[in-house]
Amino acid sequence: MIALIVRRLAGLIVTLLLVSAVIFAVMDLLPGDPASVILGTSASPDTLAALQKEMGLDRPLAVRYVAWLAGVLQGDFGRSYTYGVPVAGLIAERLSVTVPLALIAILISVVLAIPLGVQAARHQNGGWDVFSGLFSHVSIAVPAFWVGLLLIILFSTTLGWLPAGGFPGWAGGVGAALMALLLPAVALALPQAGVLMRVTRSAVLEVMNEDFVRTARAKGLSEQTALWRHAVPNALIPVVTMLGLQFTFLIAGAVLVENVFNLPGLGRLAYQALSQRDVVVMQDVVLFFSALVILMNFLVDLAYLLIDPRLRAGVR
Amino acid sequence: MSFLRRHPTFLVGLVITLALVALALLSLVWTPMPPTRMQIIHKLKPPMAHGLLGTDQFGRDVASMLMVGAWNSLSTSLLAVALGATLGTGVGVLVAAIRGVTETVVMRFCDIIFAVPPILSAMLLGAFIGSGRFTAIIAIAVFMVPVFARLTLSAASQIWTRDYVMAAIGMGRNRAKITVVHVLPNIANQIIVQVTIQLGLAILTEAGLSFLGLGMPPPAPTWGRMLSDAQTFLGQAPWLALLPGLAIALAVMGLNMLGDGLRDLLDPRDPS
Repeated sequence: MIALIVRRLAGLIVTLLLVSAVIFAVMDLLPGDPASVILGTSASPDTLAALQKEMGLDRPLAVRYVAWLAGVLQGDFGRSYTYGVPVAGLIAERLSVTVPLALIAILISVVLAIPLGVQAARHQNGGWDVFSGLFSHVSIAVPAFWVGLLLIILFSTTLGWLPAGGFPGWAGGVGAALMALLLPAVALALPQAGVLMRVTRSAVLEVMNEDFVRTARAKGLSEQTALWRHAVPNALIPVVTMLGLQFTFLIAGAVLVENVFNLPGLGRLAYQALSQRDVVVMQDVVLFFSALVILMNFLVDLAYLLIDPRLRAGVR
Repeated sequence: MSFLRRHPTFLVGLVITLALVALALLSLVWTPMPPTRMQIIHKLKPPMAHGLLGTDQFGRDVASMLMVGAWNSLSTSLLAVALGATLGTGVGVLVAAIRGVTETVVMRFCDIIFAVPPILSAMLLGAFIGSGRFTAIIAIAVFMVPVFARLTLSAASQIWTRDYVMAAIGMGRNRAKITVVHVLPNIANQIIVQVTIQLGLAILTEAGLSFLGLGMPPPAPTWGRMLSDAQTFLGQAPWLALLPGLAIALAVMGLNMLGDGLRDLLDPRDPS
């Protein structure tokens, strides 16, 4: 099992390196280098050349990549042009919003989707099943940022229960911060829940016909115990896979939802960097988000080992 | 016909999709009002009060904007998926024919592309080449390539093990010819189903991009930007935030239902 984890870890590092190389190369290939973005179009060629030299842009691509990577590995992500501060600090600050937001959203979608999916499978073609089928059709089709707008209309402008946006920070109390994250997290969770529910339903349906579930029933276990103790754990692998696959979309949704709710997260930072053409921040945030996605897929691989004892046994 | 009766979702999906396509095409020749005409005296009128679906903050007719938005959204998404599907399928069948190290390299590369959400690659592109329809199309297409490459590779690899392909290899046919004559026709159904489903995803992404101002530039109406503009008037004019979102949801739902139905229709063996 240790060997397997080490192998996956090596794969993770290779993928991360490749992603960073590709992002770096793409940023380099695109027209307009950072120096000309900073100076604008009116700068004289001499000024441009001077700044390029100062920023090290006159060195070959491979040299700059290694220098940049060495910096990143030491926590030096470069300096933001617009904020004039190290990007690492900016990202760390914004993560304290985006990470809790994503985690709460995942939690809500799992809590919503798994029971609904299991019930739908249990009462196949019954009322629950029809309702959950409808729910998944609708929730997959609605954009998270639109759900965010609807939630603001309902809970903020109409009922006045929850804040329409902004973030008070964690220093001002966990309660207020969580309240500010609640609506955005629900907006992010709803589209995810539809997909997860669908996968849970079909996975449970498949497992329910297996011999071991029949055995569990035959030995006198109640339907609930047979379902939750024997069928559901065996149906979890596709659900966890989907959770990992959906993470990319969760991140994309977070970029939009943070903008709807004016949350100072990583997605909002990317958006601000875009409008100010702050290329260094842009590059780092994209790298960071991609690393998160890759890391999540790695964790999903590890989760397989926890869920499925056969995988653990197979590699011992 | 009996298929339609057995699969009501397919029928619903087909009707929704055809209706939207019809509205989008109609918008090219006729809209109730010119979608960019501003009539400030009629601004922020609710539905039915001025025009069928009311007006926005500049007094522009919402119904007309939604119709043109349908065309902009559908055509951008269609171009993006067409580009992504063509490239991805090409890569997929090529790799299936060659196999070996190429397969590992290409699949690893797909993992990399997959790790960057399309919204972010569009922002990255936008930071350099500016935002616009081209940026949106490229960003969505880039994300679609690995989707189709993976699907095609796994489907085509199965075809390559079939007896009739073995026979063709035995007869000395070259791999390019086998790909065109045997592989592509046998995986076409799966690709068509995937195109339908990815179109829905492309519409969602396009809406997100134009919501962030990375889609078609104003004054061209897009569903995403209508939502973005509506944010300022959530309390005053909630219908401005409701209607474009409803249009997006309907379009995506229609395409998803159509895709599910097509899967049942084209591949009766697969029960999912």
